[in-house]
Amino acid sequence: MKIPRLLLFVIIVVISYGIFKAPGILLNQPIPSSLIVMYMFFAVVTTLLWITSTEKDMQGLVGPIKTMIQDPTKKTLRNIVFVIVPLVAGGITYTQLKPSYEAPVELRSIHPAPPSTVKAFGKTFNLATLVNPYRKLEKEDPAKFTQLVKEGGEVYFKNCFYCHGDKLDGKGHYAHGFNPLPLAFTDIGTIAQLQESFVFWRISTGGPGLPKEAAPWVSAMPVWENFITEDEVWKVILFLYNYTGYAPRSWEK
Amino acid sequence: MRLSSIVVKKNLLLKMGFTVALFFFVSLFAFQFLESTKFFPIGVDTVYAAEQAVTAEKPAGAEAKPDAKKEEYQPAPKLTEKDYPQVKGINGRIMAWLVAQLHLWFAAFVLAVPILVFIVEIIGMATKDKRYDKMAYEFIKVSLTAYSITAVFGGLLLFTLVIFYPDFMRYMANIFSPTMLAYAFLFFAESACLYIYYYGWHAMEEGTAKWVHLTIGWMLNIIGTVLMFLANAWVSFMMSPHGVDAAGVFEGNIWHAIHNHLWNPLNLHRTVANVAYGGSIIGAYAAYKFLSARNTEEKAHYDWMGYTANFIAICGLLPLPFAGYWLIAEIYAYSQQMGITLMGGVFAWLFIIQAVLIGALFLSVNYYLWCGMERSKGAERYTKYIKYIAFVIVACFLVWFTPHTLIMTPGELKALGGPYHKYLGPLGIMPAKNTAVNIMLIFTFLSFLLYRRCNKIATVSWAPIGNAIQAAIFVAAIINICILGIYYGYFTNTVLKVGSSVPQVASTLFVIISCMIIDVFMFKGAKEVAPLQWGKIPDRSQYALFILAVSFTWLMGLMGFIRSAIRQHWHVYTVFRDNSPDAFTPTIGYATKVVSIGVIIFMAIVIFIFWLAHISGKKNVSQGAHH
Repeated sequence: MKIPRLLLFVIIVVISYGIFKAPGILLNQPIPSSLIVMYMFFAVVTTLLWITSTEKDMQGLVGPIKTMIQDPTKKTLRNIVFVIVPLVAGGITYTQLKPSYEAPVELRSIHPAPPSTVKAFGKTFNLATLVNPYRKLEKEDPAKFTQLVKEGGEVYFKNCFYCHGDKLDGKGHYAHGFNPLPLAFTDIGTIAQLQESFVFWRISTGGPGLPKEAAPWVSAMPVWENFITEDEVWKVILFLYNYTGYAPRSWEK
Repeated sequence: MRLSSIVVKKNLLLKMGFTVALFFFVSLFAFQFLESTKFFPIGVDTVYAAEQAVTAEKPAGAEAKPDAKKEEYQPAPKLTEKDYPQVKGINGRIMAWLVAQLHLWFAAFVLAVPILVFIVEIIGMATKDKRYDKMAYEFIKVSLTAYSITAVFGGLLLFTLVIFYPDFMRYMANIFSPTMLAYAFLFFAESACLYIYYYGWHAMEEGTAKWVHLTIGWMLNIIGTVLMFLANAWVSFMMSPHGVDAAGVFEGNIWHAIHNHLWNPLNLHRTVANVAYGGSIIGAYAAYKFLSARNTEEKAHYDWMGYTANFIAICGLLPLPFAGYWLIAEIYAYSQQMGITLMGGVFAWLFIIQAVLIGALFLSVNYYLWCGMERSKGAERYTKYIKYIAFVIVACFLVWFTPHTLIMTPGELKALGGPYHKYLGPLGIMPAKNTAVNIMLIFTFLSFLLYRRCNKIATVSWAPIGNAIQAAIFVAAIINICILGIYYGYFTNTVLKVGSSVPQVASTLFVIISCMIIDVFMFKGAKEVAPLQWGKIPDRSQYALFILAVSFTWLMGLMGFIRSAIRQHWHVYTVFRDNSPDAFTPTIGYATKVVSIGVIIFMAIVIFIFWLAHISGKKNVSQGAHH
């Protein structure tokens, strides 16, 4: 049996909404409402495009609506729909616009753009050419490399884990005191996308070292060049990549 | 003499006269300007000039001889706000922005149309089908008025830049003056070719003359492309300067400055995009004419025209994401700073808007093809597959525009326990996007393949095997794209991750080319089930063609802004700082408003051009009837 097109359209819209809501209800990973609006918009549009692509289905979709509006015998149904639709529209508008005590949504990008050169540890580093001096040991001297990773781990657990967490997932003891939250290195969208020079810059100069361009950048990251050595920064970077299993962005294999 | 020929000749003289006058006017202005850079360099760089003055006061021999090239070429000026002239009531930056963008839109259109016309004319010549010739002529007629408007905006852009950014223009002219002069002369040559090509169309319709006509069309395209490449050299130099030292002193080899890091990626991207864009604008014209057609004959003609234009737009659209990816990858390779600003930084949000618009393009193209199946009753065999194609395309589309950083309310942030989403996070990075866009392209191609065969049945004995091979190619390619995207995209290093996009693209192209070849042979001499009835397409399908044109225009505006704005506070990246009062990176809202106003102005002028073409058609019809 062929489902009436108007009913099919409604079913698809309801199921789509259910699918987009499911991660939040079942897996405790809600999809943000801003994204659900976009997802729903295109799910509805695509469904309409599909249904209206043939004249027969188009009639199946708009036919019942036309009948409901034009047929004198459908007066009661028409009146009910004409009351419900504006009420629903009004309700949605009211919910969207009513004042709330919630802080406004902040548009923030994950990676600030790095400068071409950075001043840290009394030196100037060219970020385009800067490489981790210990990275080559990964192939040349694996034992030494493992030792350096371990030392980097010590640096991490003495300094960083309070915010970034013992699993590097951004859920340290103090993490919830910050907005935005500390970076989760385990997320594929963070250090896995960056060159080590970028991570070096972010650790060494912290929040105050963020560029003025493309402001505002909000960050509670300390200026680590004041607390640890350049050597320790490189070692902790080795640890971050080693622990998470990601390789830093590079132009060589 | 017939009245119509007098009108045509008068029209020709008027347009030629106008273009020549404009050319000389702009040339005169340009010459004056270039001359001033050569002979009156003081003021180019106040700081440098002051340094030179101090050096001159020193006793001879006290300092080493200045570098020879510094005598000839100057470093990039270090300007202050005062060096940027202000005109009361006009914001120089917005004016330059809008005028440059409008010039580019029209230029893209008038460069693309001769390419399309040239191809259609060849097809018409090869098939001896007069319809193609008629359509090609109509294409070029539409672009003719646009050509004059391109020139007007080009002149206006030059004036705007000279008025508001004189030192910048002097610096650029110092390096690029030979190419600027070549540009002016090539523009003249292009105008000549275009007018001969258009007005000589009917005079050179048969025999050897047709070959001459085609040659002129070919020259028109070559000149147009070279013109674009020259302009690309200037803008790509501003992004990835080459042939200058760290202070911006030109080293004397102009080829180095032209052949900078981003020149070729930009050339390729713009050339492909122009074809797609030209197709979409012509498609919109055909839709406009289709909707206003008064008889079935006209409807059939403009339906066919719209289909052909849409086909050309698809041909340009399919390779476009790859050309764009190459450009962005090269920008990233050239400067990590620019790359991150683009993809992870402040401009990342504009890429989400871009993703939405590109998705709208794909949906429009597919919808038009699906509606097109109404032209033949034989299509009923295939319409049941539309829902699956629609599902895959929308699923890919949702992945395509899922942002890297989610916009969350504090409540949602709290509920999630942080800004990182376990399931959506991986969809925010490039491997997911590349996989989605490749599959989206493959399914768009599938829509086209189904449309192609909607009125035919293959009669060759190997048709079942052919179908099976095609299905196998589709499945294998999709599996390959998914493995490349998931394994290499998430479980290897970035070199392999970025590199895996190439075999992904190769898989998609392989599907398109191999299945097309199989299809052509399989449907050679195929039995016609029900003939295609041109004009028998619902009116609503035509709005897909309008959406295509508007989305393209909007996209070009947004992406053009991003390309230009990633230089941030630099006129020439890292070499020549922009210290004008407007040298700030606009907010997303501000930028999109300016671009949208540009789109509205452009579309208003385009509608005016369509209307002109429409009334000129009317005049011809009434005169024809009179005679």
